This record gives sequence, structure tokens and C-alpha cells, in this order.
Amino acid sequence: MYRNLVKAEFQVIRDNEKCIRCRVCERQCSFEVHSYDAEADHMREDEMKCVGCQRCVEFCPTRALIVRPSPSMGRPHANWTYRQIKDICKQADTGGMLLTGCGDELGQRIYWDHLVLNASQVTNPSIDPLREPMELRTYIGRKPDKLEFSYRKGVPKLKTKMPPQLKLDLPIMFGALSYGAISYNVCESLARAATDSGTMCNTGEGGLHKNLYKYGPNTIVQCASGRFGVTRDYLNAGAAIEIKIGQGAKPGIGGHLPGEKVDAEISVTRMIPEGTDALSPAPHHDIYSIEDLRQLVFALKEAVEYSKPVGVKIAAVHNAAAIASGIVRAGADFVTLDGLRGGTGAAPTRTRDNVGMPIELALAAVDQRLRDDGLRNQASLLVAGGFRNSADIIKAIALGADAVYIGTSALIAVGCTVCQKCYTGKCPWGITTQDPYLSKRVNPDMGARRLNNLLRAWSLEIKEMLGGMGINAIESLRGNRLHLRAVGLSREEMDILGVMHAGE
Amino acid sequence: MSYRYEKDMSACGLTGFISRNRHRVNGEAIIASICNMDERSSGQGGGFAAYGIYPERKHQYAFHMLYTTRDALDATERYLKRHFIIRLEEEIPTRRNAKITDIPLLWRYFLSVDKEKLALNECDEEDYVVNAVMTINSTIKGAFVMSSGKNMGAFKAVGFPGDVGRFYRLEEYKAWTWIAHGRFPTNTPGWWGGAHPFTLLDWSIVHNGEISSYGINRRYLEMYGYKCTLQTDTEVTAYLFDLLLRRYKMPVELATKAMAAPFWVQIDNMPEEQKKIMTAIRQVYGNALLNGPFAFILGHKDGMIGINDRIKLRPLVAAEKGDVLYIANEEAAIREIVTPDRVWMPTAGEPVIANLKPDRSKAKEEEICIEIS
Repeated sequence: MYRNLVKAEFQVIRDNEKCIRCRVCERQCSFEVHSYDAEADHMREDEMKCVGCQRCVEFCPTRALIVRPSPSMGRPHANWTYRQIKDICKQADTGGMLLTGCGDELGQRIYWDHLVLNASQVTNPSIDPLREPMELRTYIGRKPDKLEFSYRKGVPKLKTKMPPQLKLDLPIMFGALSYGAISYNVCESLARAATDSGTMCNTGEGGLHKNLYKYGPNTIVQCASGRFGVTRDYLNAGAAIEIKIGQGAKPGIGGHLPGEKVDAEISVTRMIPEGTDALSPAPHHDIYSIEDLRQLVFALKEAVEYSKPVGVKIAAVHNAAAIASGIVRAGADFVTLDGLRGGTGAAPTRTRDNVGMPIELALAAVDQRLRDDGLRNQASLLVAGGFRNSADIIKAIALGADAVYIGTSALIAVGCTVCQKCYTGKCPWGITTQDPYLSKRVNPDMGARRLNNLLRAWSLEIKEMLGGMGINAIESLRGNRLHLRAVGLSREEMDILGVMHAGE
Repeated sequence: MSYRYEKDMSACGLTGFISRNRHRVNGEAIIASICNMDERSSGQGGGFAAYGIYPERKHQYAFHMLYTTRDALDATERYLKRHFIIRLEEEIPTRRNAKITDIPLLWRYFLSVDKEKLALNECDEEDYVVNAVMTINSTIKGAFVMSSGKNMGAFKAVGFPGDVGRFYRLEEYKAWTWIAHGRFPTNTPGWWGGAHPFTLLDWSIVHNGEISSYGINRRYLEMYGYKCTLQTDTEVTAYLFDLLLRRYKMPVELATKAMAAPFWVQIDNMPEEQKKIMTAIRQVYGNALLNGPFAFILGHKDGMIGINDRIKLRPLVAAEKGDVLYIANEEAAIREIVTPDRVWMPTAGEPVIANLKPDRSKAKEEEICIEIS
């Protein structure tokens, strides 16, 4: 009786006229929704199991299937929505926390959709990227305030020793996605695409599989609270090191990779026994203060002999600006901010949807704070958290970001449909799973090609918009908020974002 | 820092020349040259900068002031008295004509810095003067410092540049470097302070173009204490020169490369050391890159520089006759006053640089410390 209160979320509609009983849907569905009734020569569906991932719909050769949100939602109520009732029932059933994957789905205000860009007319010619060079090259790392030169016979020589810099051909990187949360094939797709496109991928806290060390020059290696897979070789293999303090989808809490996902390869890469849960503590147990963080920053710099930038990633939380300022003073060469809409392989639903703040506000506040403190040169600012398209990215750069991490959009490029079931290990698209039957669904050749295509398409769009603004180098847009205007935002929001309203 | 500002966009005409041998001429030639390009102005602002005009007071800071109210004058004079030794104060001589209207109070002051005050403030003398200029411009309502350098001055007003030149009686001044500007603003009504040249210390700059990187150039300068009160591209350009050349002691050739940077594809193909320098310049001074169309002429105590944006979206021509270098938007403006030996078009981002021969005049150094104000 109670179980019936949780209705099926999705309705699976099969056109039996079109269905040829080929059973592709049955084989493709990792949640076992479809089954074949041999006696009746009929396909059956258990809608209770459907997650709405659309795998069967896409693979049905006769287009006999439709999967859509279930219309049987009960009596509408403004406060007691179906979703609220469903969640209560689930918890009454199980007594557990609600788990989910991907980023916030409540729809906290997406500021990108309230910001518009400028373009040149008359007084300033727009620049055609097909005719003129259009530069997106970006360097990540600490910059001195000024350069010193020495002279021999009047010829200048650079006296200043430049701190290590990470070269990006475009200001878009692949975000932290750990081996374990995602399959090996997806890791390889990301690493190869980052190498081909001249950008970076990020190991997350999953360590680096030995086969992927060759992509190290295009890999940022993470050092997180679980220290999984962190060795001297690992630190030296990457192009930069990122200390992960927090994640936008779940600020303030640790991580948990269930033992079922820890197979032999992951066990070796993460340096944990096979089949055991990989638990990342909420804090680093050697970092209880900013001065402790400083020690880790310099310990890592020592480990790589100051040859690579070392940065710190935090979730965007209320006092992110002050924290970021402290992080730069603690010696970080870059600061990564991960916003409320940032993705995850697994997070408690309530944390994901309610803790932290939208990346736009955090980015604007941190960039301004670092300028007020005279520290902005000393560290690059990387941002993550639900970037959906090239317009979001170019707006982030105008607000002050040096480069942007994309996670979910990269996974969408290799097949993800944002069904939010990453934590089950049953990803029907072969992305967030370690089941060999499922993970082979991502072919690294195709995955890398699609990721390269995405980066190429977005950089073309960014160049077009840059040229429209009369700018031919990305650094002239970085932090140039004069090219942004707000539409429909309050005075407070505009003050925080540092932009005027359209028409002002 | 306030982000709520409107940027003043303007297109313009500019011209300038410099005698490397410090041979001084009066203002008639520069007026003739800029008048040739009246087509490029709208009568909403004209101005001149001249170097070498106050040889007998060449060790004093010449503050050319513009006041819209008597109160502003009083407040500024109080401020100057508190922070400087005033050697001479006088009204800037003008010749009224019907075309120049709404005339503010125009005064000039010859100032020395009290070394004791400097020691108390623990700062460089030039930083002290810059700070004074910033303070006057941003805190005294109705007061504006037109120029603040030594042995130089700026003369600007709302009007066509020819009328402005005659108004200020420029034929009575003799200078080795003359720079002129006629303005064509596209959004704001002209005001006297907004006319070019824009100056700070010995830097004076006239500018034709619109900087699409203005927003970040300004935020970059604000990080180092510059207060951009004029909301013009020209102001940030002058401050960038001040930051890079004076404060960071960057050689002028390299500073211009920060502002009109070569493309990465060019840099990647440079010889190793040059590549290293240019890469570092773009990495460190990326916020100083001026993007968008511009041509400008920068005057300073040791010379003059002309430069275009990195894809040459504004016209700029250079010419030479004897020891004199001419730079203008249009060749006609140069040929109006001279038949040059050589004329050329500088390529995109390539600076044209002229340096003055060392000053051999035997004028006695002032002993400003012992004088009692």
C-alpha cells in the first residue's frame, strides 16, 4: 500500500504497431525497465524503474518508444508539489538521505540569462575573425606585478624569472571528473581531447591511470582530502596541481565512491583495496586553517620543485571572496571556484540544491576582492559550475574569469542526458559506470572527436562575439565588465556583479 | 571602486611634431596643421600640448588649472599651498573670441615640492605630484588639472582647435614639441576637461579611436591607485604610460609592445630571447593591452611617440624633415606646414619614436630646498 504512493516518474509508451520485438531496448536499459514476454510475443515495461535517460528511445530502430514525465501526478498544490511528496515517501520508506547526481535542479537564478553582451557599431569597427587573427590563448599561473629587464649593448634581456604558467589555446578546460566516478573510456576521451585542443583535463580525486600518464602535459592533477592515488610520480605527471577543498555541488561535505565501483584498475589507481568504499573526508585532516593550507601548497610546490602552478579549488560559499584572498596570500597560483550549479557523481540532494551560491555572484565578488586587495595579478581565477554554452563562458570571462571548467557539458557531448543517476553506477550511456558491459558504450575515438568538436564550435562562437565587440585578444575582455549589461536584475545584484543595467 | 560609469567615445584628428635638436617654434605651424583636418573635428573640443615653453622655470611643476567655480579655485589654492611651494600664480593669458564660450577660470601655478614634506610622506617626488593631481581631480568639485609637468603645458577648450589655439595665444609660446587634437565625440557634450591632450606629469597624449578594452584597462589601473575621473580612453592610455614607463621603468619600445602587442603567431616565431620577453610582457601586462582602433601621439620630456593599434584601424602617417619628426592622422596635415624629405605609413602596432638630444642649456639648477616659502 505504501509503496504505491511513489508513482513512476516516467511513462514509457510503446507503439506496438511499430515495435518489431528486436529487444534492443531490453539490452540497452541498465535499469531493466524492458522485458520480453515470449509467450505473448510482447515487450513489457516496468515504469517504476525508468529514470528517463532516453537510451531506449534513441536506440529503437523503428522509433516505437516515447519516454516522458508521467502525467499522473495527483492534485496540484503550490507547496506540496509532487516532487516534495515523492521525496517524503522515499524517505519514509528507507530512512535514508536522498542521493542524486549532476548539478542543482531547483533552478536557482541563472544570471547568465540576465546578462547581455555588447557589440561595436560605427565608432569602433567590429573585427571579422575570418579575416583577422582572434586570440584566445590564455596563461594560468601567478604573474609578477612588473617585469625587470637587463641590457647588454642596448638589447634587453628578461631579468624577472617568470613563475610557471599553464598554456591554454582556449580558455575552456574539462572539469574535475574522477576515474571511478566516470569510466576509463571517458577519462581517455577527455585526456585526448584536451591534448588535441591545447587545453587541460582534470583528474578529480581519482588519481591518474597509468595509461593516461602520457597525457600528463594536458592534465591538472588533483590532491583531495582522500589523497587517492597521490604519489610523487602522479604530482610530477600533471601540468599543474589543484588542491580540492570543496565542490560546488556539495560544499562542506566529503565524497563517497561506493565499493561496487572500485574494480581492480580503480583499486590500483586510487591505491585502495578492491571493492572498498573510497571515502573522502569533508575537510582535509591536515588543513584546519588557512596557515595549514599554506603548508600543503608549499609542500606540493616542493614536491615538484616549483615547476608547476599549484592552485586551490573551493566551493562558492558566502564568504568566498575573503577565503579566495586568503588562498592567494597562502601561495596559490590559481583559485578555482565551483558554483552551486556544479555537477557531481553523487551528492545528497538537499546539499546539492541548497548549499553554496551561483557561480556568477561568487566570481564577480572574488575578482573584485582580489583587485581591491591588489592580488589579482598573483593568481589566475578559474570557474566551474554549470556552464552550458559559449555565451555563458564569454560572460564569465567578462566578469573576470581567466578560464572556465566544463564538466556536465563535456559529458553531454559524449552522451549524457542528465538523468541524474550517476551515483547508481548503472549509467546506461556508459559514462558514470564501471560495468564493462556499459562502459564500452563510450568509444574513446568518438568521445575525443565529439569533445574536440564541442571545443572548436564554442571557440568559433567566442571569436565571433569577441570580434563583434571590437576585441581581438581574450585578455582585453577578461574582467571588462563594461561589455556586460544586466536585464531584469535588482540594484543589489548589479552591484555585486559590477554591471550596469541595459539602457543605462 | 565604482563600476557605474559611461565611457566617453570619440573620434578625432591629431597631429604633432618634434625637433630633436630642441629648436623651438611658436604655435602657428601646429594650428595650421590641425586646422587642415577640421573635417575630423566637430567643434566639441580642441587642445594642444607644448614642450619647452617655460625654460626659465623648467625645474618647477607647471600646473595648468581649469575651474568652473570660484570655490573650486579657492579650495585648490588652499590645497596647493598646503602641499607645494607656489613660485608663481597667474591667470593663463587668453584672447577672447566669439567662438569660445562658457569660459571657466584658467590659472597656472609654478610649483616646487617641499623636500621635508616628501620625506614625511616617504614617497617619490613624482608619485607625490601624481597623488596631488588625482586628489584635486577626484575630490575638488569644479577643479581640473589640465597639465602638471615641467617646462610644458596643455591648452584645451571646447571649440574647433584653430579657435582654441588663437584663444590661448599660442603664437606667443615657443616649443620644441607641439601636439594638437580636434575632437569628434559621439555621445557626451564636450566639456573643457574632456578635450585632449590628456596629461599627467610630463606625459601628454592625444588620441583618435575607441578602446574596446577600456573596462579592464581601467580596473587594472585602479588596482594601482589611479583614479580615472574623465571616463575617456585617453586618460587610461596616459596612466598606462605613467605606470609602465615611469613607475615600472620599462623601456618605451617594450611599453608600446605591451599596449599594442604583437600576435601570438608572430611571437612564437621570434628569436628565443625576444620571444621570452614578448611572452612575459603579454602574460604580465595583458590588462594593459589596448584593444580596438586607435592612433595616438604621446609627448614626454624626452621625446615623442606615435603608435597605432595592432591591426591599424585608424590612419597614422609619419614624416621627417631635417631633425623634425612629424606624425598625423593624414599626410595633408603634414604637407600643410612642410615639404618633408620622407613620408611613411607605420605598420600596425609599430611605434614611431623620436628622442630629444640632451639639453645643453646651462640654466642653473634651482636650490629649492633652501628657499623659504
